Amino acid sequence: MKVKVEEPVKIEVEHIARVEGHGNIHIGIENGELTECSWEVVETPRFFEAMLRGLSIEMAPMLVSRICGICSISHALAGARAAERALGLEVPEISQKVRLLAKHAETLQSHTLHLFFLVAPDLLNVGSVIPVLGTHPEVIAMATRLKGYANEASNLFAGRTTQPMAIQVGGMTKLPRHSQLKPLLSELEAIIPTLWTALDLFKTLPLPAFERETEFVSLRGNGHYPFIGGDLVSSDGVQRGEDEYRVMTNEYLVEWSTSKLARLSRESFAVGALARFNNNYQWLHPQAKVAAGELGLAPPSYNPFHHNLAQLVECFHVVYESEEIIHELLEADWRQPSMAPLALKAGVGVSAIEAPRGILYHSLETDENGTIVSADCVIPTGQNHANIHHDLQAMVPLLAAEGMGKEMIGKRAQMLVRAYDPCISCSVH
Amino acid sequence: MNYLGIPLEKPKVAFFGFTGCEGCQLQIANKEETLGDLLGVIEVKNFRLISSDKADDYDIAFIEGSITRDDEVARLRKIRTQAKVLVAMGACANLGGVNNLRSRFPLEEAKQAVYGDHPIASGPVRRVADVVRVDIELPGCPISKPEFEWLVRQLILGIEPQFPQYPVCVECKQRLNSCVLDLGQICLGPVTRAGCNAPCPRNRFGCWGCRGPAEEANYQSLLEILREHGFSDRQIAERVNFFNAFNGVEAMPVWEKNGSSQLSAPVQVKLKGQNES
Repeated sequence: MKVKVEEPVKIEVEHIARVEGHGNIHIGIENGELTECSWEVVETPRFFEAMLRGLSIEMAPMLVSRICGICSISHALAGARAAERALGLEVPEISQKVRLLAKHAETLQSHTLHLFFLVAPDLLNVGSVIPVLGTHPEVIAMATRLKGYANEASNLFAGRTTQPMAIQVGGMTKLPRHSQLKPLLSELEAIIPTLWTALDLFKTLPLPAFERETEFVSLRGNGHYPFIGGDLVSSDGVQRGEDEYRVMTNEYLVEWSTSKLARLSRESFAVGALARFNNNYQWLHPQAKVAAGELGLAPPSYNPFHHNLAQLVECFHVVYESEEIIHELLEADWRQPSMAPLALKAGVGVSAIEAPRGILYHSLETDENGTIVSADCVIPTGQNHANIHHDLQAMVPLLAAEGMGKEMIGKRAQMLVRAYDPCISCSVH
Repeated sequence: MNYLGIPLEKPKVAFFGFTGCEGCQLQIANKEETLGDLLGVIEVKNFRLISSDKADDYDIAFIEGSITRDDEVARLRKIRTQAKVLVAMGACANLGGVNNLRSRFPLEEAKQAVYGDHPIASGPVRRVADVVRVDIELPGCPISKPEFEWLVRQLILGIEPQFPQYPVCVECKQRLNSCVLDLGQICLGPVTRAGCNAPCPRNRFGCWGCRGPAEEANYQSLLEILREHGFSDRQIAERVNFFNAFNGVEAMPVWEKNGSSQLSAPVQVKLKGQNES
């Protein structure tokens, strides 16, 4: 594509800020032609799939949660659930409910961290949340209230926000007591008005208008907005069972990324809040649908910046659904086993979890002693990298054609990467 | 800034991530109830996880993660020349942490297992102290939020931080937790450095030793108890080697060799004051 800018433009962003992990952006425009436009993943590999081999399967949740500091609850859950499916363990129903509450707490924590601390500075035109403390203290107050609740709920349900210990193979090590649930419920009810105020704020912050039609992959809703296990679906019509996740991922390697990439029906696809929103809108909580309506967000949206709006909509979903589950738990008898007893055998278990940044797969194979023989982890951001790359290549020429200057193109490119809320160290693992 | 009438300088602080999950840096960003206060007493010069603004005139550098690739060595050395105080933060930085689990396999085997024949740059897992001089080791996987803030206070006030020498077991008893050894689990609380306030046993989950060894630990006694409870040496070894926290502690069982693989040269536990550049 011909672009208007005459002088050569060279944009090099080394270790883009306000994302988790290390990635670079390279953009070059010469004689009105785009000479380079790429997303480069330079994170150091940690070889988790190799590390897992030879470990006892019950160690899996503790190890795989270390793949990611932000979504460690999702990884612990994926590891525990893969082990349970390999061993054929049935997690007690009450623990399944607590797991979903832990998951919702993580989603709220991760989404609010991203929206307020990582994205909002771009929309308020500052470099970080630190100056926002002085200029918009009400925004910080909102963020700390929402995140504060989310962290407290994570502590109660998973043991800790970062590197939880209560999610183990077979169930939960501990269940919350009535005397702990009641005050948490009051706090949850108290943050609901804050959430609506946050909605009013984000309605006023304009997001870039850019669209590129792509394929969206997520769990497939069936009676509820899905987070833990179930069938897999793509917006291009591919449907598979959980065990056939490799049909959905088709991982491959390129020289510009230390993370594996993924593809399905096209050159790339997207996972994450927008994919879930587009694929499972009908199952959202009614209040989340109201929030989406107020934001003007309707499925399908092909604007990658709408990942951020979908994240906000999901905050509504997880908060309102948590309220319902806590009420159910208050009715339940918590004096029951929270763990299925461990029984070792040879097997293969696959687990698909909707982590905050998109669908996450763990697969574990054990021998008859319960020792891990092989492991596979497919990370949401790994699935998004190729889509980010192709989005950049589609967006940058448009910006240049509009006559946008170097600094603004660089900023917009970083905003695009950030919109996906990439978790780069996770994707390389 | 002023404390009891004494003027104090805001330290210029930077945070850097290497090979790890960034969970320790996240612990800092996640301390919302006091984040505003924290940011009021320090001047953040570089914190890429949350800020695009960056400058190189910092005095205190917090380092998260292990060092595994040559470009990381160069980056870390550069930070060391700038920082007056360098804090290695978390188990990956201080012990090698879970990264060390892949050292059970030759590097080429680990590469082959994950990347096949695709070329990928990586090197041996090193602790921060294996590459540069470390002034303070802030332990944990992840670091404890209150302990991080305590450390910042000590640094501002110019007090040399003294970490607890007693084991997690002491804090666990103070919280009146049920003993997880009695619940039939392996727990390394009796030999692991305290300071975390025993969150794992609090959640009915045995300690995994992420904070490294307590100074006065009776390993022999713990081993006897664990064996009495019917745990095999393999089970015990798997646990004590998880964070590489007790490597070099002779009393602790070493993991059996894994098939054709050899254990890599152990990263030796160094006690306080033994760090060399």
